[in-house]
Amino acid sequence: MHPAKSVILFTTASGAGYGLLFLLIIGHMFGVFPADNTLAYSGFGTAFLMIIIGLLSSTFHLGRPERAWRALTQWKSSWLSREGILAIITFGPTGIYGLCWIFAPNTTISLLLIIGVAALLLCTATVYCTSMIYACLKPVSAWHNRYVPASYLALSLSTGALLLNGILHLQGKNAPLFDMITIVLILVSVIVKFYYWKHIGETKGLSTVGSATGLGSMGKVRLLEAAHTEANYLMKEMGFQIARKHAKKLRNITFISGFILPVFLISLTGITENAGIETLSVICSIFFGAIGIVTERWLFFAEAKHTVSLYYGAQSV
Amino acid sequence: MTCLPIPTSGPQKKLGLVIDLDICVGCHACAVNCKEWNTGGHSAPLTDMDPYGQDPNGVWFNRIHSFEVVDEDNDSRTVHFPKSCLHCDDAPCVTVCPTGASYKREEDGIVLVDADKCIGCKLCSWACAYGAREYDEDAGIMKKCTLCVDRIYNENLPEASRVPACVSTCPVGARSFGDLNDPTSDVSQLVADREGFDLMAELDYKPTNKYLPPRPKQNEHTVSASNKPVALTPVSTEKAGLLAQWADKVLSL
Repeated sequence: MHPAKSVILFTTASGAGYGLLFLLIIGHMFGVFPADNTLAYSGFGTAFLMIIIGLLSSTFHLGRPERAWRALTQWKSSWLSREGILAIITFGPTGIYGLCWIFAPNTTISLLLIIGVAALLLCTATVYCTSMIYACLKPVSAWHNRYVPASYLALSLSTGALLLNGILHLQGKNAPLFDMITIVLILVSVIVKFYYWKHIGETKGLSTVGSATGLGSMGKVRLLEAAHTEANYLMKEMGFQIARKHAKKLRNITFISGFILPVFLISLTGITENAGIETLSVICSIFFGAIGIVTERWLFFAEAKHTVSLYYGAQSV
Repeated sequence: MTCLPIPTSGPQKKLGLVIDLDICVGCHACAVNCKEWNTGGHSAPLTDMDPYGQDPNGVWFNRIHSFEVVDEDNDSRTVHFPKSCLHCDDAPCVTVCPTGASYKREEDGIVLVDADKCIGCKLCSWACAYGAREYDEDAGIMKKCTLCVDRIYNENLPEASRVPACVSTCPVGARSFGDLNDPTSDVSQLVADREGFDLMAELDYKPTNKYLPPRPKQNEHTVSASNKPVALTPVSTEKAGLLAQWADKVLSL
């Protein structure tokens, strides 16, 4: 599948944003880190910025962005529509929670708990809907499996944790427990991603050129002559080839830059006494994490094969 | 609404095509006539980008692929394979649509796009297993085969012409159009007689369009048991005229 830059930015940025909101709110509820207004401003500010960048970026993918509001109408059948609606609703409880944190520190615990739990559920549901946009597509077997929602949720949390960890360290807030949580979340996402790669490596789509043409029972089928001489929309959109050629190298980049380096750098920030090293390594952890997640998402699109390619020379998907 | 219509108890039409892979000669006339009609029809225009340049591409609702099938005896045959929208019963291109632009008609099962609602998110083209959706880069919206909805009910046309453009133009009669929900219709009979099949039945999209398999090759006259072409029988010299026999002798010297 063609890896559109706008869609990669949308899924990674909004994913990290919702992960950050989730951790900020649940961490505040359990008192995992010292909570003050600076943290609230920067945490909620970064999260909303990431989400808004992501949502705006997704509209650049559209042929008619001025009609984007129509995408909020078909929640009964469409995961894309559900994602859009939940993304907007989520601004409500998360925003109110942030406002209570900053402006109404005396809000009763039970009220704060209700708003907080609603916010946590909505963040999770929104990321789940994002993943289901892809996971509901039967023609793309690399997407049509339960590892897809699992990895979207895990990566949303680990990239959000990386951001929140950065914010805490840059503000000089000592939260060793959160260092540990970040490392654990990154390790969980490595495991989920590993199982995803294992799954797509071991399972093939049901469809073959034989079933796509219905000629499979007669013998071995191959494309003799394409429908036309030049590439068409379908071949450009579904027949992306480059990443599959370099899949192994790109997986290594994802693994090292997205997971190994951030874990190492976060451990370093946790143990170092030197403020300069702490700042540098925390910035580097976010930088490498970003390269890792963008490579991961690029691969997610580029590695996936669509059944349409069976009509354009592929033997199986 | 992008929910699929719930089947009602009364008789409903399920209009579609039956394509005979035994007959199709791969002339592309159906694709050309489709383009010709539809570029002025319901989804007009079928935009071409860079038509006379280095990288011409454009919107086509119908494309003809040619496949080779090689059997166990290493005997090969060419099968021309026209493909357009199959107007699936369980059409995921409709249900994934976030705007309600993509819809399936209750009365005849035709899947259409409302050009005024489509936002060009392309998700329907990802959901279609068959590659039936065509994005118009110029208009920024998705287009697709309409089963010539603007021909088949068009009372301005003579009744014989009220069939999809691809069907009316096929010079060998490889394409048939009709109601596949009516077991007595010509198309349903054809599917029953010739064991018509669904493309990628394993995905369970329940396509309306059916394909008829190529008939077995008539091999006994041209191929011997050892699968070698039979040598041509030499023309008998005995029956030749006197002049011809004399010429043969002289020239053979």
